[in-house]
Amino acid sequence: MGAMTTVFRRELAGYFATPVAWVFIVIFLLTTAAFAFYLGNFFERGQADLLSFFTYLPWLYLFLIPAIGMRLWSEERKTGTIELLLTLPISVPAAVIGKFLAAWAFVGIALALTFPFWLMVSYLGDPDHGVILASYVGALLMAGGYLAITSCLSSLTQNQVIAFVVSTCVCFLFTVSGTPIVLDFVSGWAPDLLVDQIAGFSFITHFQSIIGGVIDLRDMVFFASLIGVWLFVNMIIIEHKKFAG
Amino acid sequence: MTAMLEVRDLVKRFGPFTAVDGISFEVQRGEVLGFLGPNGAGKSTTMKMITGFLGPSAGTVTVNQFDALANPIMAKTRIGYLPEGAPAYPDMTPASFLEFIASVRGLKGRQRRQRIAEVTERIDIGRVMQQPIETLSKGFKRRVGLAQALLHDPEILILDEPTDGLDPNQKFQVRELIHELAPEKAIIISTHILEEVSAVCSRALIIARGRIVADGTPGELMGRSRFHNAVVLELKGDNKPDFETLRADLVRVPGVASVEPDGERRVVVFPEGSATVTDGVSQLAAARGWQIGAFYVDPGRMDEVFRSITQGN
Repeated sequence: MGAMTTVFRRELAGYFATPVAWVFIVIFLLTTAAFAFYLGNFFERGQADLLSFFTYLPWLYLFLIPAIGMRLWSEERKTGTIELLLTLPISVPAAVIGKFLAAWAFVGIALALTFPFWLMVSYLGDPDHGVILASYVGALLMAGGYLAITSCLSSLTQNQVIAFVVSTCVCFLFTVSGTPIVLDFVSGWAPDLLVDQIAGFSFITHFQSIIGGVIDLRDMVFFASLIGVWLFVNMIIIEHKKFAG
Repeated sequence: MTAMLEVRDLVKRFGPFTAVDGISFEVQRGEVLGFLGPNGAGKSTTMKMITGFLGPSAGTVTVNQFDALANPIMAKTRIGYLPEGAPAYPDMTPASFLEFIASVRGLKGRQRRQRIAEVTERIDIGRVMQQPIETLSKGFKRRVGLAQALLHDPEILILDEPTDGLDPNQKFQVRELIHELAPEKAIIISTHILEEVSAVCSRALIIARGRIVADGTPGELMGRSRFHNAVVLELKGDNKPDFETLRADLVRVPGVASVEPDGERRVVVFPEGSATVTDGVSQLAAARGWQIGAFYVDPGRMDEVFRSITQGN
């Protein structure tokens, strides 16, 4: 626990030690605003909610989260610090979770900085604060899902570009697995049960039901267990690489 | 006395390539064990397995009677490790880096401040404590890595090329440091600087192609040199004889096996077996009235031992 907290603190401080944090936060806030106002017609809709902001969030996260997470393990491999980290008295799960939580906390900070949207709709109308809060929780969980995928895949390579591209592709598949892009590909030959399963992995489907105001615990559990599975695989990869020939 | 560190039949295969092929040894408290060998011999791979960064394909590592593979965390708390190239987080300063290491190592409060101050002073990195590590020179980076390895005052120190990239003064300091630490600890260093072995190691393993090919004190290894006990002679003056005349004279000294030139001005007189030829050679020199420029008994030549062991046969 102590070692995990230490890793968490070092990692989180690491984001702010370089311009990475500030660049990410500025770009994130500018693009969320641009998406919400121009694509989402924030004002024209005349609704006191944050739907126009949250609707485009998965698409933004699809690129921005792999950009934040690609360095998690690949940079450690590149600079050789992984050898230092793994020979300190830190267990692999503690290292994986500590690093993941730091990146997640950072993404959470960026997300929290979108609070002016919330203030604005509260000022302009009378939004359903419960739905907005649930949407924020859902957004954070979804970000965690993207991040866990990226963290896991970045442990496979010391090349950050590869980590980014592969993570984005995998995140894309998870994002759209409920849409024809993926379903048309499998529905021709796969049994309906499998098609439903694949559709059930869609980030968009789960996230939309959360932001639509349907607070179903199963959507939250979906993201939480997805994070758990990817981080578990992440640990296995790191353990396995020690013994790999 | 039980060994602080015991390595048994350690093997590491990377696909079809066997990097480490059955290495076994023990290190006691007070010993400084030197790993010597050509690049790619398996020195670093062996260290990576002892410290738990790589899992062995076969074999065991026992740290203070604990199986390091079964209790990795326990083993890691007892080991201080300087990996090859002294990796450190480039955007951290040595100060924050050492704080991080101290925190992982469970050092708290006053003890933490004390240890950091002590190590900083001892390794002499006080001047650069607030500079990002990526801006430091190679020598300072190496010393930050050393500071990190020493921070928790470990019983076992494993240093992969601790003096690589250091200037001669810094090398000397690091060797002094190892000397000071040696009585309390079991230390392994790897190096390919041969004089370092005689300078700091109490025992040396020569490793080649993943196997231990020689194991002994630096003196014993030097004893394997064909130059060991040979007499090196340099004559000066205007009337010094040429090499052939000299050789003809020297081979008649009792116990002399052969005479060879050694560089431009010196000759080496090799004895037969363990015979002592110093007296014979000096009497001859006196009788002939040679002016002696240099005259000494060669302790053996590490580079020659190293070459003959790692290349030949």
